Amino acid sequence: MSELTPSQTVGPFYAYGLTPKGRAKWDPNGHYSWKETVGDNLVTPDVVGDRIRIMGGIYDGDGLPIPDAMLEIWQADGRGRYANDPGSRARPNAAFKGHGRSACDKDGVFLFDTVKPGQVAGPNGTMQAPHILVSIFGRGMLRQVHTRIYFEGEPANATDPILALVPEDRRHTLMAKKDGDVWRWNVHMQGDNETVFFDV
Amino acid sequence: MSLIYPLDGLSAYPKHLTPEYKSTVKRSPTKPLILAPHTLSELTGPIYGHDAIQEFDNDLTKQGKSEPLGERIIVHGYVLDEDKRPVPDSLVEIWQANACGRYVHIVDQHPAPLDPNFTGAGRTVTDKNGYYKFITVKPGAYPWGNHHNAWRPNHIHFSVFGHSFLSRLVTQMYFPGDYLFPFDPIFNSVTDERDRARMIASFDLENTVPDWALAFRFDIVLRGRDKTPEDMD
Repeated sequence: MSELTPSQTVGPFYAYGLTPKGRAKWDPNGHYSWKETVGDNLVTPDVVGDRIRIMGGIYDGDGLPIPDAMLEIWQADGRGRYANDPGSRARPNAAFKGHGRSACDKDGVFLFDTVKPGQVAGPNGTMQAPHILVSIFGRGMLRQVHTRIYFEGEPANATDPILALVPEDRRHTLMAKKDGDVWRWNVHMQGDNETVFFDV
Repeated sequence: MSLIYPLDGLSAYPKHLTPEYKSTVKRSPTKPLILAPHTLSELTGPIYGHDAIQEFDNDLTKQGKSEPLGERIIVHGYVLDEDKRPVPDSLVEIWQANACGRYVHIVDQHPAPLDPNFTGAGRTVTDKNGYYKFITVKPGAYPWGNHHNAWRPNHIHFSVFGHSFLSRLVTQMYFPGDYLFPFDPIFNSVTDERDRARMIASFDLENTVPDWALAFRFDIVLRGRDKTPEDMD
């Protein structure tokens, strides 16, 4: 018997509460000045790491954009340090939270400005390749789905313990691809290129 | 495989695919989810301190030029982890329809009036005991397009952070005794009645303020426990 409070959908109208300054144009007049707590720009003056932009779209089983999805990311800084790793409390990069939230626009497009994460420890003494955790919420999604962004061409991908659990022909769905100044990564909820989602 | 948080508890969550809620059909995974261990990445998570909030962020009746219309209510409770320990410093965000059942969001075209003194967004951070409190108005029911004559029960949307990124919860708080419960596929996506009961606030006479506002108590239990991966080895 579970004692957890069950999950419910974020619904179509979250933007004015959760992403008031985000990409979803919930209010054309802009007269409502609700401060943003969690935004799509994670970069702080003190953050360590190479600045990157991650951009992509999210699509449903018909290949149509999902304009009312919301993505949250969680990542380490450029040296592989999480902002609240219990083992290292007083840290020099405390302003960098490593957490971001992006709404989607009418074309299902989301965007994050952040830094490329470093490697962090995996199970049993392994090291994980640079990666970003992603939770996706949306209308029509009764609970979040969990996935990860990896970076195409990263040598450490070959020995990443989580990627190793993913069938080889599906690993590409987790790979952001460098395209000029941005890393592109799309989410397909269903279909031939259905994104790998994790049971965690 | 090191699964630090038991997956059993997730039995209370709805299935991704719940066809009665039509939008899930094209938006839920069709391939099997991949079981993965809980690494440092999953077991850490963001912390938002009290600097994330401002005065009146938790009082939705004080954000306009004057008070919004509707039945003033207090919504309060504790954020707990799966060991029933308090989760302090947890960012709790809410959003809701106004007393007439209308959201300020531009996409909401329900022909009920907007209230110039109510936006319906609030946030707070739990104290050291995991306690939070909002003052707001009771949201109205509203129609939606899922099926003929579909109406959502009165509800307040909640977004909550816990010990780790896996503790993250988005849910909805319902009000006791709602006559729309039997007809709502989102509420009933949680298939066990005992699990559904944990989404329903309880009327709280003890904390109802005489001559001022009814109180509702809503405790939130998140995945996760206050232990580091090292402790669990």
